[in-house]
Amino acid sequence: MTENASREGELAGLRLVPKSDTEYRMKDFKSDQEVRWCPGCGDYAILAAFQSFLPQLGVPRENIVMVSGIGCSSRFPYYLSTYGVHSIHGRAPAIATGLATSRPDLSVWVITGDGDGLSIGGNHLIHALRRNVNINVLLFNNRIYGLTKGQYSPTSEAGKITKSSPVGSLDQPFNPVSLALGAEAGFVARTVDSDRKHLTSVLRAAADHPGASFVEIYQNCPIFNDDAFEPLKDPTARDLRLLRMEHGEPLRLGEDRGVVTGEFGGLEVVDVDSVGADRLIRHDAHRQDPGYAFALSRLDHPAFEHVPIGVFRDVRRPTYDGLVNEQISDARAERGDGELAELLASGDTWTVE
Amino acid sequence: MAKQIEQLDRVIIRFAGDSGDGMQLTGDRFTQETASFGNDLSTLPNFPAEIRAPAGTLPGVSSFQLHFADHDIMTPGDAPDVLVAMNPAALKANLGDLPRGATVIVNTDEFTKRSLAKVGYAVDPLTDGTLDAFKVSAVGLTSMTVAALADSDISKKDAQRAKNMFALGLLSWMYNRPTEGTTSFLKSKFAGKPDILAANLTAFQAGWNFGETTEDFAVSYEIKPARLPAGTYRNITGNLATAYGLIAASQRSGLPLFLGSYPITPASDILHELSRHKRFGVRTFQAEDEIAGVGAALGASFGGSLGVTTTSGPGMVLKQEAVGLAVMTELPLLIIDVQRAGPSTGMPTKTEQTDLLMALYGRNGESPVPVVAPASPADCFDATLEAARLAVEYRTPVVVLSDGYLANGSEPWQLPRVSELPTIDPAFADGPNGPDGEFLPYLRDERTLARPWAVPGTAGLEHRIGGIEKHAESGDISYTPGNHDLMVRTRQAKVDAIARDIPELEVSDPTGDAKVLVLGWGGTYGSITAAVRRVRRAGGRVAQAHLRHLNPFPANLGEVLRSYDRVVVPEINLGQLSLLLRGRFLVDVIGYNKVRGLPFKAEELADVLQEVIDRD
Repeated sequence: MTENASREGELAGLRLVPKSDTEYRMKDFKSDQEVRWCPGCGDYAILAAFQSFLPQLGVPRENIVMVSGIGCSSRFPYYLSTYGVHSIHGRAPAIATGLATSRPDLSVWVITGDGDGLSIGGNHLIHALRRNVNINVLLFNNRIYGLTKGQYSPTSEAGKITKSSPVGSLDQPFNPVSLALGAEAGFVARTVDSDRKHLTSVLRAAADHPGASFVEIYQNCPIFNDDAFEPLKDPTARDLRLLRMEHGEPLRLGEDRGVVTGEFGGLEVVDVDSVGADRLIRHDAHRQDPGYAFALSRLDHPAFEHVPIGVFRDVRRPTYDGLVNEQISDARAERGDGELAELLASGDTWTVE
Repeated sequence: MAKQIEQLDRVIIRFAGDSGDGMQLTGDRFTQETASFGNDLSTLPNFPAEIRAPAGTLPGVSSFQLHFADHDIMTPGDAPDVLVAMNPAALKANLGDLPRGATVIVNTDEFTKRSLAKVGYAVDPLTDGTLDAFKVSAVGLTSMTVAALADSDISKKDAQRAKNMFALGLLSWMYNRPTEGTTSFLKSKFAGKPDILAANLTAFQAGWNFGETTEDFAVSYEIKPARLPAGTYRNITGNLATAYGLIAASQRSGLPLFLGSYPITPASDILHELSRHKRFGVRTFQAEDEIAGVGAALGASFGGSLGVTTTSGPGMVLKQEAVGLAVMTELPLLIIDVQRAGPSTGMPTKTEQTDLLMALYGRNGESPVPVVAPASPADCFDATLEAARLAVEYRTPVVVLSDGYLANGSEPWQLPRVSELPTIDPAFADGPNGPDGEFLPYLRDERTLARPWAVPGTAGLEHRIGGIEKHAESGDISYTPGNHDLMVRTRQAKVDAIARDIPELEVSDPTGDAKVLVLGWGGTYGSITAAVRRVRRAGGRVAQAHLRHLNPFPANLGEVLRSYDRVVVPEINLGQLSLLLRGRFLVDVIGYNKVRGLPFKAEELADVLQEVIDRD
């Protein structure tokens, strides 16, 4: 644990990134580019939250890199004044892996969407998560293809009527949190575009996690999938559906309902009165066994009956980039830096006079 | 009685056996002995893609051919003078390549009824006259190995496995090879297994002793060391030379090396080799797929590393998307494509030159990339270093087209002096370049047209790049028609301008009056050169030139082509360079094309050249 333990006020995921002398403000992270999302897009809220969050990192602006793929969400890097790569469809986790592995002094953020990250880039995403490269993956899930104008995505509910599925889509959707947990992710969280305070707290927790962190952000697409998350936003229904997970606190939905252990090691939502408040599970994001976090991720599937938000899992293990660089420093400490002339002449040589 | 020693100037030996017989190891050891003796040499391993094809079958035959000489040679040789056949399958698979009078050493223990039937021999070819044209030495390699190890504690199976060392010992005696190298190799290979070590050493020695004492071998041969230029040499394969070239490029540029790669035949050895050199700060990343391999390399390049990916054709196809991004973002990136027979999976262990057009044109949009092709195994070192220089100095992806023959083949390499290797200047951007103190990530160097390489961590140069078309200076997203036209032309002009920075094409035309030029590229250099020598020895006049740079071409290429009445272009494809030359220069070149998964034979090329010369 010592390797990953954070010093006072410092985010553990940034321990190899230089500290900033500058006190940044939100405006310092706005680029000069005109933001070109559709009016009412949830991306605006995420961008604003992210820009106002970045000063909290306490690292120089030049040591922050945004890497994205293709899709509406992937335009994100253009609107931030950090370094950025707007790459190719689905490949951002791979590109970020090379960058973060070779540059542990950077804070690397991958911005992706449900199509980019779970469809064309699904393979890169799961492998980046299992390797535990020190990157933060923010997956904007609007459950639709936006930039290609409204086809169903890998998170669209089955039966969805879209341009490419006029009589209903046939695909069973992914649950991104379940997928990330199955891919051995050490940090998995979910938040909502419209809840800036919650979003910011989750971003901070992600940055604090050394290694790969995965954050699913429910994001509304007002053009092609408007109100997809309305059940979670309507003020009256919201509290009955959102399960706000806080480490060490009982899992409650509003006043009356809570989560207890069910059959076969699963979890179920019950009336608190029927079981007594002491039987409610106290959330433990640090459980090594991912089974508990996985069971949490299945509570809402597939409808929005009860939706956990917050940090499902925050378990630390050595980071990929840390291990790669450790192997190099160990080899150098043991046998010294490589000498090119010695290398070229290794093996059997002979001399012609 | 002292045996007679006969002097030879060159020999071609082919070791052939089952995939599990250790023929590659045997050939490699004989090669190392030959290298340390000081002969010039060239090798051709040839093995199936299957790891252990069914024993004793034709598809399971693995062979290793070695050509060595007391003079400078260019190829692994057309036809073996000596075939060592460890079983009937090895004999049958290779017999057709033998010239009359060749020596055939067969392991008679494997010529059982069952083994013969497995490859369709109804009658034993050792007795039915099939081998009448050859000098046959029938030797019980397996039984003699087992007998030599009778006192050993190892199992019969392990004893039988040592038969390749018996064969190596016998051949080492026949050709008066030094044996210390093999002895120390075995000691290190089997350091933890003293029984197996002892068995292999005993079998090796027994093979040598057998040659020395038996009446079957009356003569041994001596091939004097070659008169190579003074210097220190080692034997090297193309893949090893490529790996060393990459480390050298890292050292000479000061850029940490990052390899993103997915295992693929015949390129994997570069990944294996580089993963061993962490002391040089080399980071190797075995990716989840070919796409992630190149993606990670490009990400590392963005961060200021020398980003490299290694692959072969089926992987190259998958990488093209990211290569396009590297073209657009104008970042240094090396793509090493060790070509193999295609299309699709093709023949993974066989060589081909069929990825040239894919390297040049296999991406969407106008997407120019420099392409460099090494000419010989050792040349992979220089070609890779040169490719890295272009990639870094011009901020561009560069494709290196090696091939399966170069990758696994080997030859002596005169070690370069490190201090004389070229240096590469990354010239990272360190401050604003705009008229108003701003940073313009696409404002170009006037000479090279390269854009600034500003790596994260550099304060004040924060910028965003990506695959979308961008403004010619600011790099901001731009869909303006005129700007796109300008950018397409500028990216092309940048690559074209490299022609000023590479050597002109050299032509070898000793008599100065040849009417026919033979022009090749990449791994066919050895075969073509050997063919040219044959033609000239027979009095024919032919000029020769070989392209290392396939994009851009050397500045004088058009002039060279037009200086000859006829131009012959041999390629191990159906005419990809020919197509380019015709399209670019309107010269009606004569293609000579074969795609057999093997290098050209010098003799066949010589015949082709002679035929074209005789057309007058």
